[in-house]
Amino acid sequence: MAQTPEARTNRPLLEVRDLSISFARPGGETSITRNVSFDVNAGERVGVVGESGCGKTVTGLALLGLLPSRTARIRGRILFQGRDLLTMPAREFRRLRGRDISMIFQEPMSALDPVFTVGEQLTETLRSHEKVSRAEARERAIAALEEVGIPSPHTRIDEYPYQFSGGMRQRVMIAMALICRPKLVIADEPTTALDVTVQAQIIDLLRSLSDSHGTALLFITHDLGVVAETCSRLLTMYAGEVVENAPVDDVLIRPGHPYSSGLLRSLPGLSERGSRLPSIPGRVPAPDHMPAGCRFQQRCPHAAPLCEQHPELEPFQDLREVRCWRKDELTLTGAV
Amino acid sequence: MNALASQTVADRDDAVSVDDLVIHFHTRAGTVKAVDGVSFHIRPGETFGIIGESGSGKTTLGRALAGLLKATDGHIRYQGREPATLSKAEQRQIRRDYQIIFQDPHAALNPRMSILQSVMEPMEILREGDARQRQRVAKEALERVGLPAEIGRRYPHELSGGQKQRVNIARTLTLKPRFIVCDEVVAALDVSIRGSVLNLFADLQKELGITYAFITHDISVVSHVSDRVGVLYLGRLMEVGPAAAVTKKPIHPYTQALLSAEPLPLPSGQRDQRRAIRLQGEIPSPLAPPSGCRFRTRCPAAQSRCAEQEPAWREVAPEHWVACHFADSEGGPLDREQPISFGRESATETV
Repeated sequence: MAQTPEARTNRPLLEVRDLSISFARPGGETSITRNVSFDVNAGERVGVVGESGCGKTVTGLALLGLLPSRTARIRGRILFQGRDLLTMPAREFRRLRGRDISMIFQEPMSALDPVFTVGEQLTETLRSHEKVSRAEARERAIAALEEVGIPSPHTRIDEYPYQFSGGMRQRVMIAMALICRPKLVIADEPTTALDVTVQAQIIDLLRSLSDSHGTALLFITHDLGVVAETCSRLLTMYAGEVVENAPVDDVLIRPGHPYSSGLLRSLPGLSERGSRLPSIPGRVPAPDHMPAGCRFQQRCPHAAPLCEQHPELEPFQDLREVRCWRKDELTLTGAV
Repeated sequence: MNALASQTVADRDDAVSVDDLVIHFHTRAGTVKAVDGVSFHIRPGETFGIIGESGSGKTTLGRALAGLLKATDGHIRYQGREPATLSKAEQRQIRRDYQIIFQDPHAALNPRMSILQSVMEPMEILREGDARQRQRVAKEALERVGLPAEIGRRYPHELSGGQKQRVNIARTLTLKPRFIVCDEVVAALDVSIRGSVLNLFADLQKELGITYAFITHDISVVSHVSDRVGVLYLGRLMEVGPAAAVTKKPIHPYTQALLSAEPLPLPSGQRDQRRAIRLQGEIPSPLAPPSGCRFRTRCPAAQSRCAEQEPAWREVAPEHWVACHFADSEGGPLDREQPISFGRESATETV
């Protein structure tokens, strides 16, 4: 991992503390995430998994300051290099976004503007953050396209998004996210819309670019296989809370939370061919119908009377945190 | 029995037989060769998996199997019979017997109809029984797919994705089909509940003897549910064989690349034995497929012969068919350099 100033001072690049997000609705508020806390170190790649409706995407959008300010209520702190993004003036946050923190979305076609060439979009990103001449910006845009493996970047830079295939468009998105050499990239399902052979190319690319530039990556996905191949740490979210935060290999070998274990066991690739597939019964509770105690208890095969109380995210073994009353007594099945 | 009669009997043994099927679409940009000469057969009671990336023609093939698209050329026979040669009544029966379930469980349901109405609708269209009988059959079907009876009064927006897909299965069951095309039926569902829906398909097959064509891009799903697997690329089959052989010891370079690209949820120490085959680029346009072997433009083992000559469809091992000049029972061109292993089972095997 590249040594950046943040790593040397041992302060995490990103510190999320008690992040609670809710949305205003007529007659009240709907709570989406509750007390989400985690760190991302400089150059570290962290995966965020959970079913749909667990608050993964909303958390990612909050880190980018992209939630609608009219309806979203955000509490807690998001410290980036020690400064709180939530109390920072909007102007300053705008300067940071795209330069120090950038994003890659699932659907490159809807994230790119169809009426501008790829080159115009790349240079606009660069020139809004750095004082560079047009000619220099163009050179850097060509270099960025080359870096993400787009053939003949000198000509393709003047093409429009529709002229690129799905995989090439996602490469353009990655080039755009990385052109200012950000310290943190938030990638929300960046490979979900791609074919598996193209997905493998994009994962290789993200991994090698993050290694060579020391860029930290927060990788939001539903695919544990993708996390295993990309990240070193895994954050499992359930019903708006972090339920486990641990090194990826540790979770795969022996998950600390029954939900992490359930997600892993559900993967058909890990069951014997033709056998009964395990699944997690029921569904994520709706935001307005959260159980009082442990939010996973209704779907948990290990639920006990104790689980009527709400558990906190507590240290577990080395370098891990788990939100489960029974974490020390359970031996849960992983991927091996 | 004479030779001709026994030939007919052999055909009738198959639930579906596809013979040199071609489906082309004419567009302003040219002719899209979605399916371009595909032959295989599906035996009664088996699950035939069809893997392919987007643009491979798998959805077009699935629609044709369910009788929703007409063949440009070639034949699809249902238990040895070709719909075009049959009477209207017989054609209607085939329509009932051969059903399809789609990927998006929500789009398949009318938001303004209650669940029970949706489940009864196919029987109404076919003027089956009276209202009471239809209601009884619909309720039985809902129960059969593991949904509580009271769900019939609800509307699609009140249900989860998994429940909606179960409703679609129930709706199909009311017609007592023999064969169901499952087109990416779990792709839109959360991983946590895919297992239970796949288990339901397995149970229905065991109880009712339904035959499936299981179309998906997800290798782990197809290898779990299928008896035999076909690998489709740019409108052509690259490899067909028993699921265990195709998904654990594939021969065709494309199948090998597909399997090696699948991200596995294994700890770092256990992933190293896998050899990564990274394909360059993406699937070419079906408007102008490459000459010779369609996979040659991305194949790491391609040679000049591959551009000139289309590889023959050959049976290299019992039941194991491959379209590659350089494949034989020992393996494919990529196996010559060093052994390849896929997945967790093969990691422990001695190769």
